[in-house]
Amino acid sequence: MRAQSPVLALRGVTKRFGGLVAVNAMDFDVAEHEVLGLIGPNGSGKSTTLNLISGALHPTAGTISLRGTPITELPAQDIARRGISRTFQLVRLLPSMTVAENVMAGAVFGHRRRWGGEATAHAEAMLERVGLARRGHLRVGQLTYIDTKRVELARVLASDPKVLLLDEWLAGLNPTELEEGIALIRSLRDEGRTVILVEHVMDAIRSLCDRCVVMASGTKIAEGGVSDVLSDPEVIRAYLGDEDA
Amino acid sequence: MRLTNRDWNALGLSALLIAVVCCLPFLTQGYWLSIGVTIAMYAVLATSWALFSGPTHYISLATAAFFGVGTYTVGYGIEVLPYWTLLPIAGVLGAVLAALAGLATLRLSGVYFVIFTLGLAEFIRQIITWVQNLTGQRGIYVLTSITESHIYWQLVGLAALVFLTGWLIGRSRLGFALRIIGDDEEVARHSGIHTARAKVLLFMVPGAAAAIAGAILAPRYVYIEPMLAFTPMLSFQVVIMALLGGTGRLWGPLVGVIPFTIIWEAISASFPNQTTLLLGVSFLVIVYLLPRGFVGLIEDTRHRGREAQA
Ligand SMILES: Nc1ncnc2c1ncn2[C@@H]1O[C@H](COP(=O)(O)OP(=O)(O)OP(=O)(O)O)[C@@H](O)[C@H]1O
Ligand SMILES: [Mg+2]
Repeated sequence: MRAQSPVLALRGVTKRFGGLVAVNAMDFDVAEHEVLGLIGPNGSGKSTTLNLISGALHPTAGTISLRGTPITELPAQDIARRGISRTFQLVRLLPSMTVAENVMAGAVFGHRRRWGGEATAHAEAMLERVGLARRGHLRVGQLTYIDTKRVELARVLASDPKVLLLDEWLAGLNPTELEEGIALIRSLRDEGRTVILVEHVMDAIRSLCDRCVVMASGTKIAEGGVSDVLSDPEVIRAYLGDEDA
Repeated sequence: MRLTNRDWNALGLSALLIAVVCCLPFLTQGYWLSIGVTIAMYAVLATSWALFSGPTHYISLATAAFFGVGTYTVGYGIEVLPYWTLLPIAGVLGAVLAALAGLATLRLSGVYFVIFTLGLAEFIRQIITWVQNLTGQRGIYVLTSITESHIYWQLVGLAALVFLTGWLIGRSRLGFALRIIGDDEEVARHSGIHTARAKVLLFMVPGAAAAIAGAILAPRYVYIEPMLAFTPMLSFQVVIMALLGGTGRLWGPLVGVIPFTIIWEAISASFPNQTTLLLGVSFLVIVYLLPRGFVGLIEDTRHRGREAQA
């Protein structure tokens, strides 16, 4: 038992889509300042788990709590205000707005709400944080792929979240970008942020995560230290033929 | 809230324009004043409609419902209350009706919303017809000493109020929230925006504006009937004019209202029996040829001009 109570706790969380059980009785905790890797083969239910935590979907059964308070039934906007913020597996930006306005969205309506000059300054600071200093005036359409990911991350950071959910933030990057991306997430880790990292890139998992939860067909099949989990025979079996890292 | 020099210039210019527009009744009384009343009315309706439908992309056909509620507020209220108190009452009733309709439908997808708003006008019209049948009335008289010029000035004042509201919303957190909702509702929710509340709040603006417009116009009709006050044509015309002008800018709908009203008056005088058909045709033409309205056309031309210079 960890001495500190967990920031986020899932108990028996289940999601059914018709006959398909996408997430099956998931149990895990995320401690303060912890980077938890959530891994598993394609279609194992990782994104659905994040969707349940962020309020994009509601569980069929089970409870999710943030610092001991249940948030299971709350709508996404209330969960965001309480300090859980996410990126999407397929990047979602606001196409009619500038880069700066995209980030402002997080600064104005998120966990800590700002307005006017304070919001603008905060958005600019977040853009600098993700390596996009002085690019705020650009249109979203003018960005490279990795830069769209940076903008989304800046928007999430701008809301001062207590918990960050990153859904395959490193996917689709070329080797150089991947290095930059890993460095960026490591810097979040060094700031002491609490993060759930859904990833297929095993190098990133090894170098960034404190612990891992492994899913297969919606069920948790392993949990623990990264090297222990990755050498677990059941995990290797689940990944066989599906290992893409 | 701090105003920049540009804001002051815009406000000053708008005040000047309104003052000029208010001079119309001193220049003419007959045909052109009546066109002026129609333009001012549609300016109110189309601009407030676009305030909501522009950013949210929800097509509302409830204009006639709000308008009719306003007209009947004056119809029933004029015997008991002073006229001036009826305008704010109509506004409140319109806003409440919009809030109720919004709460009932704005969580649903856009298609349901369109159908519901169209049905709303019809529903209220049926209720009033039913009530009138019970009491044996067919319509009610609104007899006042209010002249066409008064009506015109009131509508111009209301239009100015709508523009001011739109301008203030555009600078507010609500305005920013609505732009985000219009771009991606899922992102809006995940950024912490209470999307349903924002949409309901905004929907109350065209609700109140259209009801007040209906109230202002009641004395002009003299005799009001459900079919007149709740005519679905009104809702469709407002949509067409707003789309013709363009909903991307606050002044967009006005750019559609002015030419459309003038041409429409001429056409419907010449072909009084084909108005519905012509309305449908103009709708198709606008959607196909000018998907972003005159605003889009103007901005594209400006862009091209700038690119040619560069
Ligand atoms: N909205 C939905 N409706 C129906 N089925 C869904 C829905 N969302 C996900 N699923 C199904 O649930 C299962 C888990 O999907 P999920 O996206 O959570 O997997 P994942 O682990 O994130 O996979 P990947 O690594 O490919 O992103 C899949 O079989 C998927 O088809
Ligand atoms: Mg996924």
